[in-house]
Parts: sequence; structure tokens; C-alpha cells
Amino acid sequence: MEKLVFGYLALAILVSALLVVFSRNAVKAVLWSLVLFLHQAVLFLTLQAEFLAAIQIIVYAGAVLVLFLFVVYLINLREEITWPRFLSAYPLAFLAILFLLALSGAALSGFRPAPPKGILTAGALLAQGHTRILGEHLFREYVLAFEAAGVLLLVAVLGAVVLVRRIREEGR
Amino acid sequence: MPFSLLNFKALAPEIFLVLVASFMVLFDRAIRAKDFFFWTALLGTLVAWWLCRTSLGISFGESYTADHYGFFLKTIFLLSLFLSILISPVYARRRGFHFGEYYGLLYFAVCGMMLMASGTDLLLIYIGLELMSLSIYVLVAVDWRDPRGLEGGLKYFLLGSLASAFLILGLAIIYGRTGTLFLARIHQHLSVDPAVLAGIAFFLVALGFKVAMVPFHMWAPDAYEGAPTPVTAFMSVAAKAAGFAALGRIFLLAFASAHPMWIKLLVPFAVLTMFVGNILAVVQTNIKRMLAYSSVAHAGYILLGIAAGTREGLSAVLLYLFIYAFMNIGAFGIVTLLQREGGVGESIYDYQGLARLYPFPALLMLLFMFSLTGIPPTAGFMGKFYLFRSVVHAGHPWLAVLAVLASVIAAYPYLRIVMFMYMREPEREIQPASSLSLWAALGISALGVLVIGLYPGSLLHAVMGSVF
Repeated sequence: MEKLVFGYLALAILVSALLVVFSRNAVKAVLWSLVLFLHQAVLFLTLQAEFLAAIQIIVYAGAVLVLFLFVVYLINLREEITWPRFLSAYPLAFLAILFLLALSGAALSGFRPAPPKGILTAGALLAQGHTRILGEHLFREYVLAFEAAGVLLLVAVLGAVVLVRRIREEGR
Repeated sequence: MPFSLLNFKALAPEIFLVLVASFMVLFDRAIRAKDFFFWTALLGTLVAWWLCRTSLGISFGESYTADHYGFFLKTIFLLSLFLSILISPVYARRRGFHFGEYYGLLYFAVCGMMLMASGTDLLLIYIGLELMSLSIYVLVAVDWRDPRGLEGGLKYFLLGSLASAFLILGLAIIYGRTGTLFLARIHQHLSVDPAVLAGIAFFLVALGFKVAMVPFHMWAPDAYEGAPTPVTAFMSVAAKAAGFAALGRIFLLAFASAHPMWIKLLVPFAVLTMFVGNILAVVQTNIKRMLAYSSVAHAGYILLGIAAGTREGLSAVLLYLFIYAFMNIGAFGIVTLLQREGGVGESIYDYQGLARLYPFPALLMLLFMFSLTGIPPTAGFMGKFYLFRSVVHAGHPWLAVLAVLASVIAAYPYLRIVMFMYMREPEREIQPASSLSLWAALGISALGVLVIGLYPGSLLHAVMGSVF
């Protein structure tokens, strides 16, 4: 049963991810990624990561996708804009992808489930709950990274404003 | 769980930079005299350096280590920030981006670099890298009247996002295999298997992108050419130094036990980087593109120091980065001096006969070109000498031979500029911009190149003490 659910989820995730990339209509692409995110959330649930699943729904499906839809409507993109291929070595890209896949395959073949290292074993996670452990670590040894991420967001907003505010007094 | 008290003192320089940057961004509207931001930024750099000097220590568990290694690299970042700020106003005023956000973004970028240099937690290093990159993407495109800047910024952004994805992939794999993100503990738990090797390779791709390692250098010529010249100077030195800071700490601390494996990966890339960068620099006619390819080649030399995998190699890397700040920002300073609207002064043919018209700028350019080539008694020679010596001491004499061969190729593009300046008749006259701050930057750079070239002793001593 578990294997069946996982198989379905994996297949659905792969197919919807491909549909996101290959959809000609931008709105449809965004909606396919909604399907993708929902399946990912369920995948997290089967791994007993309720908190991540909730985050996935709230942040990705709820906020990020809505933002994407806004952008798609804002630039009024009904059909995909097609350009002539500007890369003559296009088939080489596939070769590179195949090479990367082979490399990842070789790497993953060595990926035996070794005895878990570190303190965050599956047992510890189940005993205390994801949310609690995540919170403890996020606000203890990773608190600096957490704060720095805040500065990062500030810079992202600032950068968008600097680039977009075209009509401004000359800075002389 | 070991957990030290929140030691904010060790983090003082970063906090200071964020505060000053936020101040400059917030009050840009209110303050009309934009030169105020120039002076604030300049003074703030000195204060930040003083804070770095006085606040060494470990903080936030194991995630942040303000040690001598971090301090030396922060000195390089702040030095290149200082010099870049000095060459900024003349260019920024002309192109209309002389405002608070410009200096604020430079500050945020340096803050990210500092987190990369002192971070001993992969997550923190990643966020520092993103902070640096985001600020620089915007800085490349800050001159929105110039479509080349927008193009360069967009290319850098798209490829940089891909590189970040690689970094996260590597981070996930390493976490999966070692159960920790802290460098020292990764070092303890690391056992080499194919998955770990893939993780290391992903790290090399991501950080190699930031230092413009071949074949991940494609963005460099476009971004360097399109960016405003002071930004080019800044990113070519500081962003590269930050990339090497993270590369050095991650590869020589966390992945130290896998050195025999990753050296096989790193050496071909380093050799390729040296040769491709130098050979492509030969055919460039735009001086900024030429310097971009030269910067790719210099990344190749510095990678050799990392590949050596010894303390000596790492200290040679630090020395080279420090020297590189003077000579490269000096060269870009001369470009700023002669650059005019509409791409005038960007072609290398605009340098023809410069020595006859304006002997002093030509002399400085000669000095920087000699230093980039590695001709004694300039600092560039010292940098190359110690770098190649460390490679020989690490037991790879043929690598040093290849590096010397590559530097011989490199002599052509640099000395061609010198030849144009001194042996050709001027085609058109470009009046050098008159800006006291730009001349100050050129003076400091020239002094640095000469003094380090003649008396490297105390710097060598400082560098040897800065390796973890």
C-alpha cells in the first residue's frame, strides 16, 4: 500500500512537472504547478512531515503561485512567445543532461541507507514532532542563517524597487 | 548540544554594514546632496574594518567563526569596497545612478561576502552567497539606460540561480550523508562514497560559477562588460574573493579528507580555466571584456592554490586575492578614467598613443598591466611566485609549468595595451575625467602594487598567520 501511494505520487509529480515545462499556455503551466505542489505536500505527509506539508500548501500553493498568476496576468501572456533557437549547439544540451543523469545515477547507486548520523534520527523526530524540532534548531544554532535570510529578503525587495523605479530624479 | 551564548560582538561588522546600508537606502529621498552617501559609505568602510579587527570570536553555536582567515578576507572585501566606492562617483554621476541605494547595495553585497568568509555552517554560507549575488545582480543592471547592463544582469541572474540550485543539491546530499551542516562536524563524519563525491562536485560547480571557473564562466564577459565599470571592478575582485573564501573553507576544512578525490576534479578545471581565459583574452578588442577573460584566467591560477590542499597553498591564495584587489581595481580605475558616453574609451584602440597625450595615466596603466602579467618588481609577480611555489611544494611541478605557460600567453593581451599606449600614434584624444576620488583610488592601487612588490615581507607574515 505504501509503495503504491509513493508510486502514484512520484508519477504524478514527474508528469505534472513535465506539464509545467511543456504547457504552451502560461496560466495552465501555473495551474499544473499547483497540482505538483499538492502532490508534494501529500508526499511530505506520507513521510510524517506534517509541518512541511502545511508549509508547502500555505506558502507555495497559497502565496507563491498566486504571485505567479498575478505576474502572468500582469504581463498579459496568453500564448507562449516563441523565438528561433539562439543556441546552435542545442543537441549538446541533451548530451549534457544525459551525462548529468548518468552521473547522478552512479552517485545514487552508492546511496545505501546508512545508519543515520547526527542527532536527528527518525525516532527522535517522531518522538518530539517535526514542528518542535524545526523550531528548536531554527531558533538556536541556525538563528543567524534565519536572520540573514531576512536581510536577503530585504535586498530582494530593494533590488526590485531599484530596477523598476525607472522614472526618478537624476542622482547627481 | 554545544551551544554558545549569542555572541553578537563577533558579528559586529555585519550588523554595522546592514544598519548603515539600511540608513543609506531609507534616507536617499530625504537627502538631496548625494555626495553625503559617498562620504558615509567611505567612512563606514573604515569603521567596518576596525570592527572586524576588534571583534574576533565564535558565535551562534558553530555557525559563525570570526577567525584570522575570515578577518583577512574581510580586509580584502572592505579594501575592494573602499576602492570601488572611490571610483564610483565620477561614473555614477554621469550615468545618473549616484544615489543611496547604489552604495546600500554595495554594502549588502559585502555583508553577504563576510557571512561567506566567516560562516562555518553550509546554510549560512549559502545565504551569504545569495545575499552577495542578489545585490550584485541588481548592481550590474543599476544603470538602466544601458541595455547591455540589463542584458548582463539578466544573464548573470539566470545562470546564477542555476548555480545556486546546484549548491542546494550539494548541500542536501552532504547533509544526507553526514547528518550535519557544520563544517567541522562534516569533516568528522565524512566518508567518501559516490554520493558524497557528487555532493562535492555540485559544490565545485556552484562556487566555481561564482569565481568564473571554466566552463561556468559564460556569464563573466557579458556581465563585466555590461555592468557599470566601478561595479565591474568590485565584482571582479570582491565576489571572486568571496567565492574563494567559501571554496577554501569548505574544501580544505569540511572536505579535507576527500582531498585525493576532489583534486582530480579540480585540477582539470583549473588548467582549463587558465588556458581558456588567457587565450580568449588575446582576441578581445573591448578592454572590459579583455579584463573579464583575464579575470577568468586569474581564477584558474588561484584554483591551483586550492588544489594544492596545503596551508601554504591556501595562504598563497589569500596573498594573491589581496594583490589582485589592487591591480585589478587599478586597471578598472583607468578604464573609468577614460570612459565616455557611447562606448568611447572602451575599445583597446582608444588607448593608442595615450602615453604621448597623458603620460601619467599611461604610466599607471603600464604598472597595472605589468602586475597582471606578473612582471617583477610588481606585486603580481610576488602573488604568482608564491602561488606557483606552493603548487610545486605540494608535489605538482607540472601544474606549475602549465601555469607559467598560461601566464606567458597572458602577456600578449596585457602587453598589447602597453604597446598601444607607448608605441602608437594617438587616433583620438580622450580627456581623462577629473575626479579627486578616482585619482585617490588609482594612487592607493599603484602604491599597493609597488609596495607589496618591493617589500612583501610583512604581508607574507600576516598571510601565514591567517590560515586556519
